[in-house]
Amino acid sequence: MTAQRKGQENLLVLLQEAQDKFGHIPEELIFQLSESLDVSTSDVYGVATFYSFLSTKPLGRNVIRICKSVPCFLKNCQPIIEAIEKEIGIGPGETTSDGRFSFQLTNCIGACDKAPAMMVNDDVHVDLTPEKTSQILKAYE
Amino acid sequence: MPEKRLVLRNCGVIDPQRITTYLDRDGFKALRKARDTMSQQQIIEEIKESGLRGRGGAGFPCGLKWELASKAPGNEKYVICNADEGEIGTFKDKYILRNDPFTLLEAMAIAGHAIGAEKGYIYLRAEYHFLLDSLQSAITQAKERGYIRDFDIEIRQGAGAYVCGEESALMDSIEGKRGEVRYRPPFPPSSGLWGKPTIINNVETLMNIPQIILNGAAWFSQLGTERSKGTKVFSVSGDVKKPGTYELELGSSLKELVDGLALANNVKMIQIGGATGRIIPYQMIDTPLAFESILGAGAVIVFDESRDIIDIVYRTMEFLAEESCGKCTPCREGTETMLEILRRFSCGEGLEKDIGLLEELSSTMMLASMCGLGQAAPIPVIDTLRYFRDAYENRIKNTHRS
Repeated sequence: MTAQRKGQENLLVLLQEAQDKFGHIPEELIFQLSESLDVSTSDVYGVATFYSFLSTKPLGRNVIRICKSVPCFLKNCQPIIEAIEKEIGIGPGETTSDGRFSFQLTNCIGACDKAPAMMVNDDVHVDLTPEKTSQILKAYE
Repeated sequence: MPEKRLVLRNCGVIDPQRITTYLDRDGFKALRKARDTMSQQQIIEEIKESGLRGRGGAGFPCGLKWELASKAPGNEKYVICNADEGEIGTFKDKYILRNDPFTLLEAMAIAGHAIGAEKGYIYLRAEYHFLLDSLQSAITQAKERGYIRDFDIEIRQGAGAYVCGEESALMDSIEGKRGEVRYRPPFPPSSGLWGKPTIINNVETLMNIPQIILNGAAWFSQLGTERSKGTKVFSVSGDVKKPGTYELELGSSLKELVDGLALANNVKMIQIGGATGRIIPYQMIDTPLAFESILGAGAVIVFDESRDIIDIVYRTMEFLAEESCGKCTPCREGTETMLEILRRFSCGEGLEKDIGLLEELSSTMMLASMCGLGQAAPIPVIDTLRYFRDAYENRIKNTHRS
């Protein structure tokens, strides 16, 4: 296996590890990976910005992803979105000032039979109601 | 027609954490039979004769795919299981992965043996990260007990991109790149992962393999229609009393699934195959579920009479515009432009010329897009224009009034 191929192959995996570890992909890391993997900086940046679970901006300790796709839309995801906005005081695309939560709208997470659904970090929560959603968030520090 | 559990035969029966419960259900017998008593060519012939077609939506003949990869020159070949189930309204593969990981691993090992590959990847979507540990444990158990030998299975995780369910984007993602689609030909069986011969099969397609090897192609091809053999697993959601995963013999009617099993009421329309799937009115509920009529990856979203069609199509197009990988112009710009036009309809500001514009744009996108995403993105628009044209016409701004 060529070094070039090995470097490129490891790129996404390393970016995923960095995302888990730091909550985002720091700019310095993009330069470091470019150097160590022998992949151009723009290619590293290109991969880091392509995937929705990778972020080049710092995210909160907990990332809330509410599904807004059609099956969840049919089951009233809008009141859930509003319940979260009320509970943590930010809108989609934002991070709380204490760094506890980031809040995003996402596409289908494959829990359509138990819609509306959301992910908090890697946990999937289903059959949401506004009350239940507020309760769930309390468990994430 | 009742449910026919072939792919799901072990789901809810075995303990997905304990390989011994899988052994009690003929576990790894098919792999042993394939390895010890069949030549590679015989395995491929059996799959070809069974008539098994890809369950990820495209319906490509599975045996032919394997044959092409097996005949392709080179010693380095790969087997990929596509577990990037991102299609809107689809959750059947999640159900399978959670409840019966062993059948999948056995099938991948059979595929590896048949085409001469020593390495397999399971590409698992990021949203299914919670399945990682149990899947890894299943691999470890199968390896440690020696059921899977000479074939390595590695799980690669997606990072949140619908387009990576498309096979060429998926391979780019495994290679550590942006998940952008490739120009084809060449197709994966001749030049796939790192340019090596590769087969990519959906989770559900692979789940059929051990049963076909054990019971034979003739047994399998008794099920289904002339051009759609076997069963299909459906994910039903939306306006139904019993949403969930159902497995039916191919050729069963949509009515059986939607009314009979999922208990829908007052249905207006049904979307089959997810965001890029067909939308049909309730009047067509007797349509058989098969490749020759309507199928996709088995997502069935049901909408009752209270639903606004433009809202649904707008949301669907918003999804496709967000998830377009951006590599080719017809898809990248086409989905955005469609979204903008649909936005006008959704707020009652459609123009007379907009319907014609949607139709013209649809044909360009279908002809000129590089992959299934852009080629099929106009389908919800075309279908609703065909069956529910009133919904659009009622939202045209009457500029002559005042």
